Amino acid sequence: MLKVSNLCVNYGAIEAVRDLSFEVKAGQVVAIIGANGAGKSTTLNTIGGLISPASGKIELEGRDISGLRSDQIARLGLAQVPEGREVLATLTVEENLRLGAYIRNDHQAIEADLQSMFERFPILKTRRKQHAGLMSGGEQQMMVVARALMARPKLLTLDEPSMGLAPLIVNQIFEIITEIRAQGVTLLLVEQNARKALQVADYAYVLERGQLAYAAPAAELRDDPKIVAAYLGE
Amino acid sequence: MFWQQVVNAIWLGAVYSLFALGYTLIFGVLGILNLAHPSLYMWGAFIGLVCVTTLHLPIWLALPVAMLGSGILGILLDRIAFKPLRARHAPHLATLISSIGASIVLVNIAQGIFGAEVSRFPFDIFPVHVFNFGGVSVTLLQLTILGISLVIMVALRWLIMGTRQGQAMRAVAYNTVTAARLGIPVDQIIMQTFFIAGALAGAAGVLLGLAFNSISPFMGGPMNLKGLTVIVLGGLGNIEGAVIGGFILAFSEVMSVAYLSSDLRDAVSFVLLLIILLVRPNGLLGHSSTKRA
Repeated sequence: MLKVSNLCVNYGAIEAVRDLSFEVKAGQVVAIIGANGAGKSTTLNTIGGLISPASGKIELEGRDISGLRSDQIARLGLAQVPEGREVLATLTVEENLRLGAYIRNDHQAIEADLQSMFERFPILKTRRKQHAGLMSGGEQQMMVVARALMARPKLLTLDEPSMGLAPLIVNQIFEIITEIRAQGVTLLLVEQNARKALQVADYAYVLERGQLAYAAPAAELRDDPKIVAAYLGE
Repeated sequence: MFWQQVVNAIWLGAVYSLFALGYTLIFGVLGILNLAHPSLYMWGAFIGLVCVTTLHLPIWLALPVAMLGSGILGILLDRIAFKPLRARHAPHLATLISSIGASIVLVNIAQGIFGAEVSRFPFDIFPVHVFNFGGVSVTLLQLTILGISLVIMVALRWLIMGTRQGQAMRAVAYNTVTAARLGIPVDQIIMQTFFIAGALAGAAGVLLGLAFNSISPFMGGPMNLKGLTVIVLGGLGNIEGAVIGGFILAFSEVMSVAYLSSDLRDAVSFVLLLIILLVRPNGLLGHSSTKRA
């Protein structure tokens, strides 16, 4: 599904990501974990077309997308749940969800998907006519996940979906991720909350200062003493 | 006397609103003050005039042609004056200066083609018909201007609030990065916005050109300040605000000319602008400029 090869990303003179290679297979949930500033969000934003890489290749279903604009990549089937949520605060909840399906033209299926989102997230139905910016952080996060799903993406990327949310809400978000995974959507998840991420992921990559430090099935990393000491704590 | 002034203010206010809507639309979507907007208004009037005098088109056809023409000029303006700056993430001041430069170019081209003197629509272009309602007289032209302005405003509101295109436009206005992530072609939306703004300015140009029967390359000058006053009154980037602001300015102007002195017409804009900036800097319908997370 997604193949990243020898990716390098610079911010001016700073090398944010160095020679990074990884892969997300269709139907998999892949987690990228690492400390603050390890280059996780940079990697996702580069895949999403917001930052251009200094070198390296990003292939989505075999097609090189590293030179494309963000909106072109979205139309190829990549949906993003960005860091900090990025709700369109001045638009209503329903308008936000409809814009999630902007790249689609199958009107009847869009209406059906909208109804199923309202069933899955009843709070969004209650608030459908309200400005999205008026909702709580957890509600906004659910809306942004629903908005991304409205695109019927081939690959969904989630950037720190648990950031700034209360523990109870974090659990809800991860339940939703488990559900999405059960529907067969391929997921690439970036998280600082390594414990949670390793619970839902099939495979995980650990980034340290812009470089790949470990790559292994998530179940192995959960028990690896080095990972436990550095990222999971006790 | 008073009601006659009210009638005059209403149709004039409708055209001011029409003009200011394009101004505020560009500000709302791109966050830039397009000081070349009044030049598009002037060009709209001239395109309408050429349609009628040279091409012998009827006036009802000249209006949409003028809107189309000034809309296309709007797109060109963006491509030449704004897009290169946007690509370089230039500061707003650079954009402002670029729009002043574009405005000078547009005025000078018009002066070269049409001359500096005042041009007029042929006298018989629109049937002269006066209705009398208990001492208050309204011409058919004034009613038509009001009607056309209102129809365009309703259509614009529907476009922005009721269509997918409008949703995409508002998404771009709120955050271009988020819009792009959703697959919205941001550059294309900006182009459409410039077309719509240009078309609105062009419509206002033809309608006011007809109403005052005076078209010149410099007709945009006074509109610059008027437009600015209207959109600051209503709140920068606020669509409803621009409409309300247009009527407030027209009422203030008409009443001060009628009851104080006709010399004050252009001073009214300055005074209103000053008052609103002192009392309510975000405009009547404006929100605080900080965006919520």
